[in-house]
Amino acid sequence: MSFPQPKPEVPQLPQNLLRTIDCQQGAVRAVRFNADGNYLLSCGSDKSLKLWSVSRGTLLKTYSGHGYEVLDADGSYDNSQLCSCSSDKTVILWDVATGQVTRKLRGHAGKVNCVQFNEEATVILSGSIDGTVRCWDTRSRKFDPIQILDEAQDGVSSLKVSEHELLTGSVDGRVRRYDLRMGQLHVDFINSPITCVCFSADGQCTLTSSLDSTVRLLDKSTGEMLGEYTGHKMKGYKLDCCLSSKDTHVLSCSEDGHVYCWDLVEGSLMLKLPVGKAVVQSLSFHPSETRLLTAMEGRVQVWGADCTYEHGTWTK
Amino acid sequence: VCSLVLVQGVSVVTSSGPVEYPKPVPLHEQTVKDEKGRYQRFHGAFTGGFSAGYFNTVGTKEGWTPATFVSSRQQKAGRQNARPEDFMDEEDLGDHGIAPRQITTTADFASGRKDVIRDKARAITSLSAPIPGDTVLEDLVAPARSSMGVELLRKMGWKDGQGVGPRVKRRLCKQRADSATRAFGSASPPNGSSESQDEEDGEFLPENLTFAPKDVTPIDFTPKVDLHGLGYRGLNPLAALRGGPGAGHINLFTMDSDRTNSLFGEDRKGQRRRGGVAGQGFGVGAMEDDDEDIYHRDIMSNYDTVLGGEEPGDGLYGWTAPQQYNRTKKDHSKDAAYLGKILEGFTLASDKLETKTVGIFPPPNLPRDFRPVHYFRPVVDLSSVSPMVAQALQTSRGHMAQEAPSKGGRHQLDSAQRRELLGEATLQGSLLNPSRFAPHAEQQQQEALSVWSGPTAQAQTGQTFKPFERTPHKQARYDLYIDQLKQGDRDALELSLDPTMTEWERGRERDEFVRAALLYKPSSSSLSCRFTRGKQDDGVEADTVEVTRDQENDVDDKQAAVKMKMFGKLTRDTFEWHPDNLLCKRFNIPDPYPGSGFVGMPKVKRDKFSVFNFLTVSESPTASASPAPQGNKQSVPLYPDT
Repeated sequence: MSFPQPKPEVPQLPQNLLRTIDCQQGAVRAVRFNADGNYLLSCGSDKSLKLWSVSRGTLLKTYSGHGYEVLDADGSYDNSQLCSCSSDKTVILWDVATGQVTRKLRGHAGKVNCVQFNEEATVILSGSIDGTVRCWDTRSRKFDPIQILDEAQDGVSSLKVSEHELLTGSVDGRVRRYDLRMGQLHVDFINSPITCVCFSADGQCTLTSSLDSTVRLLDKSTGEMLGEYTGHKMKGYKLDCCLSSKDTHVLSCSEDGHVYCWDLVEGSLMLKLPVGKAVVQSLSFHPSETRLLTAMEGRVQVWGADCTYEHGTWTK
Repeated sequence: VCSLVLVQGVSVVTSSGPVEYPKPVPLHEQTVKDEKGRYQRFHGAFTGGFSAGYFNTVGTKEGWTPATFVSSRQQKAGRQNARPEDFMDEEDLGDHGIAPRQITTTADFASGRKDVIRDKARAITSLSAPIPGDTVLEDLVAPARSSMGVELLRKMGWKDGQGVGPRVKRRLCKQRADSATRAFGSASPPNGSSESQDEEDGEFLPENLTFAPKDVTPIDFTPKVDLHGLGYRGLNPLAALRGGPGAGHINLFTMDSDRTNSLFGEDRKGQRRRGGVAGQGFGVGAMEDDDEDIYHRDIMSNYDTVLGGEEPGDGLYGWTAPQQYNRTKKDHSKDAAYLGKILEGFTLASDKLETKTVGIFPPPNLPRDFRPVHYFRPVVDLSSVSPMVAQALQTSRGHMAQEAPSKGGRHQLDSAQRRELLGEATLQGSLLNPSRFAPHAEQQQQEALSVWSGPTAQAQTGQTFKPFERTPHKQARYDLYIDQLKQGDRDALELSLDPTMTEWERGRERDEFVRAALLYKPSSSSLSCRFTRGKQDDGVEADTVEVTRDQENDVDDKQAAVKMKMFGKLTRDTFEWHPDNLLCKRFNIPDPYPGSGFVGMPKVKRDKFSVFNFLTVSESPTASASPAPQGNKQSVPLYPDT
């Protein structure tokens, strides 16, 4: 007697609104999961950064220290440090437990749009409207960046870091991938200002959203376009896009108040989450589960998949 | 032997006669009073009765009741300890006793006037104190008494150092501070970014936040009535009188605190001991370094001249109202009596200055026919003055009315006239066809000429910039032109042009030369010693700029590819990029270019376009539109190849 093959897991979509959190921070500019997905960071326009518990929806800590709107944040892998960037041209390294500013890194000439830790949280990388990406050392006490990457011809709107690569998207319409291991820079021309870039989980592709209301999936090694996703509206604002945790779907914010979710392979629109009436500014996908965070105006919504899609019907 | 037996009511007869025995006194009347009528208490075997307890009984009218005991262990503070006054009687508290009672004003209500007696006491103690002459310890340990007004202010929220008045917003204070710094010309704020941050922080302060105004610095209104220099404090008599080896350099211009320090610091042994053992005879002996003055001379100022003391208190006789009421009463009459205009807010001074010390000097005596009108340079007629005066005037060239060198005075001289006056050598060369040149060009040529023929240009040897290096012929002509300019030749331009060139070419060259001459004129001698021409290769490199070695492909091609959605080779560019060594360490990956000295993308130098490539002909449009040089023998290239 042979056991039956296990049913292949049907990919699930986070279409159920599990919770709405009113952040009381003015407008939420960015919402991010931490490294393990149990906490979320919300960056507010009232210069504060807040740490929340996802499962309970409670506020754990508020981090104040920026002089202007907080635009992006990231947590380290061990949850001991946070980094955030702001319109006040600084990047701040926070200690999570005490809430103290460990380091305030100054150097950018304009507002800093994006920030991220590297794998081991030894470097903070930040991209700014001044067209530079600065690599800050968290280990040393120096206030100068290790390296300044100024190849962009216009502001850097988004960046992502992987083990040995740095992916930046710039308003000059180019995606630049700095390969540290090979010592190479690959520039992909998109012809439209880029709002968000991300790596795929398998490390073979990159996802790019641009202001021509198109999200493109490009092959990392050759630069060829593997998929194109349209239907949403992204004409003027810097909105986020991401891939699901298992690279099955492509998600993007939209200016019409929805979050669009396409199947990665086929490119068909699977889901259109009705978040609200205003622009959905930011979104973040859980690193392993089917959970999505969206930010619209002053609130953060947590979406999950408490039902499965099987045999053509949604069942709870 | 007569034995006395006290028998009541029985008269006893003795040998000396009948004795009158006193009537029997009841127990409660067996008391003794002193001259003032107070009961005297005798205890023990005194004759004359007892006066103990309560009418010779113990306790009170109610009998013996012990006083209730209250423990004072917890109430020690409340317990009033016995004061010396408790043990004094009326005698002591009377006028001639040891503790006479007086009514005096307490410190809170005392006026600010000097207490003469207290000052005298202070003077005495200062003499006898260990440190002579200076009441430093007293000043250190002065009771902190603040006036009632200060106390009231403090209760209303004022703090030391703040000003008094309505609260102001922060911005105003900042602006005032900024204007103050600008007025004194201090440096600009050091950190630009932090400054901007502060300003941004300022924008986000709550709107209704106000601050106390700044305090005003008190201005001392005491007029300087002496003739000493500013800051002169005078001689410290004790320091001066120390004499002997102790008197070093005496600084007349010290602040009071300095004097204090000097007193504290220079406490050498052998100084006159004042610790209670001063006086004649003390300090005189073999062991002393400095002998006291044994020939003591008495000073009359030690003694009072008026018996009975002076007016008690401060002459106010208890007047405690504010002084301004006193003063204004007086001054109004004075003000009315003043003939003349008193400025608003001012009043006549209450006490006059001592005029004799100031020495107000009277204005000078004017001659009777003096008129305060000044004529500028009256012209003196030569004939009316003596020959000596005329000679002097002539040499100074100030007052001569004759032979004005030019019409407008000495400021409207022509360069030729000026040269003549100065006695300089005239320039060589004649004016060749001046009508050919446009006035603007002539001005430029004059300028070039003046610049290059001056003494500073002569000083420069061989270090001139060669603008036409690439065309040796042209450069040779240019050099010739410059040389002739240096010599002051007016026709330098014409002579240096190549007569074999066409008119058009020559016109262009003419303009180029003039412009180059003006552009690269020699620097003035005072500055030229600070500058030196760079080496030859620097001159070449000045024309280059650093660019990245690898350039992107043509954008238009890429845009076309994107439109056709043909991503890949057409849209991707790959460059060599060097990460920083530390960055690789932090990422835990090996450095791909370990030996490279630079970071980022490799850069190379490329030629810049030279300025002279774009020198165009001046105004006349026909010249620029004229056709190419027609068939000339020497095909001189006009412009260097780029």
